[in-house]
Amino acid sequence: MPTIDVKTDITGNVWKIEAEIGQALSEDDPIMILESMKMEIPVASPEDGTLVEILVSPEDVVTEGTVVARIEV
Amino acid sequence: MQSLLVANRGEIARRIIRSARELGLRTVAVYSEADSGSAHVADADTAVPIGPAPARDSYLDGARVIDAARTAGANAVHPGYGFLSENAEFAEAVEAAGLIWIGPHPDSLRAMGDKQRAREIAERAGVPVVPGSRRFAIGDIQDLDRAAAVIDYPLLVKASAGGGGIGMRRVDGPESLEKTVTATQSMAQKAFGDGTVFLERFVPKARHVEIQVFGFGDGTAIHLFERDCSVQRRFQKVIEESPAPGLPPETRDAMAEAALALCKETEYRGAGTIEFIVDADSFEFFFLEMNTRIQVEHPVTEMIVDRDLVAMQIDLARGALTGIDQAEIEMHGHAIECRLYAENPTKMFMPSPGPLDVFDLPEAGEDLRIESGYRAGDVVTTYYDPMLAKLIVHGPDRMAACEAALAALRAVRVEGIHTNRDFLIACLEDAGFRSGAVYTGFVDDNVKRLTAAKG
Repeated sequence: MPTIDVKTDITGNVWKIEAEIGQALSEDDPIMILESMKMEIPVASPEDGTLVEILVSPEDVVTEGTVVARIEV
Repeated sequence: MQSLLVANRGEIARRIIRSARELGLRTVAVYSEADSGSAHVADADTAVPIGPAPARDSYLDGARVIDAARTAGANAVHPGYGFLSENAEFAEAVEAAGLIWIGPHPDSLRAMGDKQRAREIAERAGVPVVPGSRRFAIGDIQDLDRAAAVIDYPLLVKASAGGGGIGMRRVDGPESLEKTVTATQSMAQKAFGDGTVFLERFVPKARHVEIQVFGFGDGTAIHLFERDCSVQRRFQKVIEESPAPGLPPETRDAMAEAALALCKETEYRGAGTIEFIVDADSFEFFFLEMNTRIQVEHPVTEMIVDRDLVAMQIDLARGALTGIDQAEIEMHGHAIECRLYAENPTKMFMPSPGPLDVFDLPEAGEDLRIESGYRAGDVVTTYYDPMLAKLIVHGPDRMAACEAALAALRAVRVEGIHTNRDFLIACLEDAGFRSGAVYTGFVDDNVKRLTAAKG
């Protein structure tokens, strides 16, 4: 099964991780929530799939385009 | 008062330092680890570090701010807006430490910070509030029709335990009232474990108009006219102006009178803003809330009345403000403020932090004020709000002010991050905005067109 990268759209800090490794995700399900400039911004699953990798931890700083997770579709 | 600490950062810290210095005070800045090289730190006579970048560990930590005042020998604290500015416990701690608090009495902060209490105080002062009904617990629909008739349609059925638009349904006439109330009650019971609902008037096309007040703490107060802040995105103001376009003079007078009644009721002290929802068609107005601090958009008022609100705050706190008569406050011309944000309008206004490789702002002049906490080469971090600068223009009338704002915005050049500059230009060029037909849904209803230009 192919694996796809989940990237962030924005620069921010990882606030909390919402999903677990192995969890089945539907498109748009939140994987984690970032915090940037007083806003909470979810990083959602781009497709239906299974979460296989989380590459960041809470309080990490991520920049636009960073791969933060991988899902198997 | 000899030395004033500004418990804030960015443009508002710089702006307060400027007025304090003009009044002959020594100025003290505080800064987080992320702000050690910031402009507000360079502006102040002394600067004290107060902790790590996250606001809760620095700018929101009242004990650290008070320690910094002691360290630097400051004997007064100005909180600016946001952060600790409306925190009654902090205001009390400042006073308990023997320092002068430049702000309203802590009791005012507490009363107005509680929406229900604020509404009660407004009602007591005779200020119109959004008409609402009693609470209907689940299964209770007694005299529902009569309650609705008093409020009038269209109205909203709101779950008492709801908020932020959740548990809210619109009813346009009596035929669907009972059905909607019972459905909302059962939905609220499931969602919040509490099926209580109430009815509230719905204003389909609303404007956000606020009155700037200044109280002297003894029951007397003056108002400094209104600001229209209807142009908003994600409940954040982007363009503010004064006077409010097309607002009938008798509406403005009635709003100002209501605002002054509220100040009298609370013996309000210092600068404050009373926010109203105004029905864009009927000009009926209702109390929304009172902000017990200096506001982001205060320069709009300063431009049209030619007064320095921050200097007035400082003078009142140090007992140097001589009484100002309402008749002395006159309005001249039209002022508009545009908030330049680090955000991407084409991506639903998502924040866009990063380095300011290029940051050119137009040169300020008599009819153009530029307020910014940033300089070219600075980095806009993710820790604080996305406002880069405020451009405030003044002109003889609204059209002249619009043109001046457009000219100022076109002179802005930012590289390294996205900004809402082109979005602001699109708003100011929009025929609806130009006609003065502003309302709180203006951005949402026209978002495609307003964000079509590159960000």
